[in-house]
Amino acid sequence: MPANTEQLIEVVVQIADDHLILGHRLSEWCGHAPMLEEDLSMPNMALDLVGQSRALYSYAAQLESKGHSEDDFAYLRKDREYTNCLLVERPNTDFAHTMLKQFYFAAFMHPFWQGVKNGTDNTLSGIAGKAEKEIGYHIRHAGEWIVRLGDGTDESAERMNDAIEALHPYTGELLEVDEARQSCIVSGAIPEIAPIQTQWNATINNVFTQAKLTVPEIDYPQQGGRAGNHTEDFGFLLTELQYMQRTYPGAQW
Amino acid sequence: MTDSSLMPLWEVFIRPRNGLNHKHVGSLHAADAKMAMQAARDVYTRREEGNSIWVVRASDIVASNPENSDENFDPAADKVYRHPSFYDIPDEVGHM
Repeated sequence: MPANTEQLIEVVVQIADDHLILGHRLSEWCGHAPMLEEDLSMPNMALDLVGQSRALYSYAAQLESKGHSEDDFAYLRKDREYTNCLLVERPNTDFAHTMLKQFYFAAFMHPFWQGVKNGTDNTLSGIAGKAEKEIGYHIRHAGEWIVRLGDGTDESAERMNDAIEALHPYTGELLEVDEARQSCIVSGAIPEIAPIQTQWNATINNVFTQAKLTVPEIDYPQQGGRAGNHTEDFGFLLTELQYMQRTYPGAQW
Repeated sequence: MTDSSLMPLWEVFIRPRNGLNHKHVGSLHAADAKMAMQAARDVYTRREEGNSIWVVRASDIVASNPENSDENFDPAADKVYRHPSFYDIPDEVGHM
């Protein structure tokens, strides 16, 4: 059964927003990384994420057929219209927070894209084929850092633990299935969530064990992004992200 | 962050295509071999420069001493017969 188009668009935009906002956050490191090597790695990965969001926004625009472009989605919506999960908009804070945020997200997206690749939606499946490889590297890159920081010096371990305490409560939203997602699962465009959750847990446990870190129990999960209820930091992020298009509408390069 | 004991120097070699040799392309700092490999991928293969990477700890490379350059290299200068340019190569062999 093909997915209801409205609901498919909703899901495509959710995923696109996750990638755009996480990619933008990561790009904030450009020129500020703790070492030159990471100053190239992080923007590399940011470009992977922004590239994936472009493909997804273009697909959403095509499905919608209202004459919108990827730029209308990326730059010309209001904060409440973005439906990214809260995790991706959290501030970078420090390198430990940043690597952990990337890791949580990549550990979810990798099995998700694998499912989408074998799914029923040809366009999404094509996007997934490319994204799966990119995100596979993100897991490896962030994962290796987490192992070294968690099992490194007293300070690096403390920073990793602070990052887990701050960010783990936001991870539940990645695995949330709303009505739109359920419809896309039924249509076969996106995969069932239970096996992805299992893989996500396994990836996190594997790296945390090597890093001598503990997966915390979360009593009060944070959510709301999918409904457009964002954290205070999000407004500041959008101000910078949208600045060019708001100041010079229709600017091209 | 580039404390040389925590982040030693690594030399990076890239093979541009199958059948060619790895070529030295530059260096980077990394804590260990795995991280050096990742950094090499991120720093030196962003523009499709190659399909294979070697990283070697710079301190493991044995280099010739510039002070010995004269005795190492000058004696080869007047021995043109070592170049394989005095043979007639049959056409059938093609490009060598």
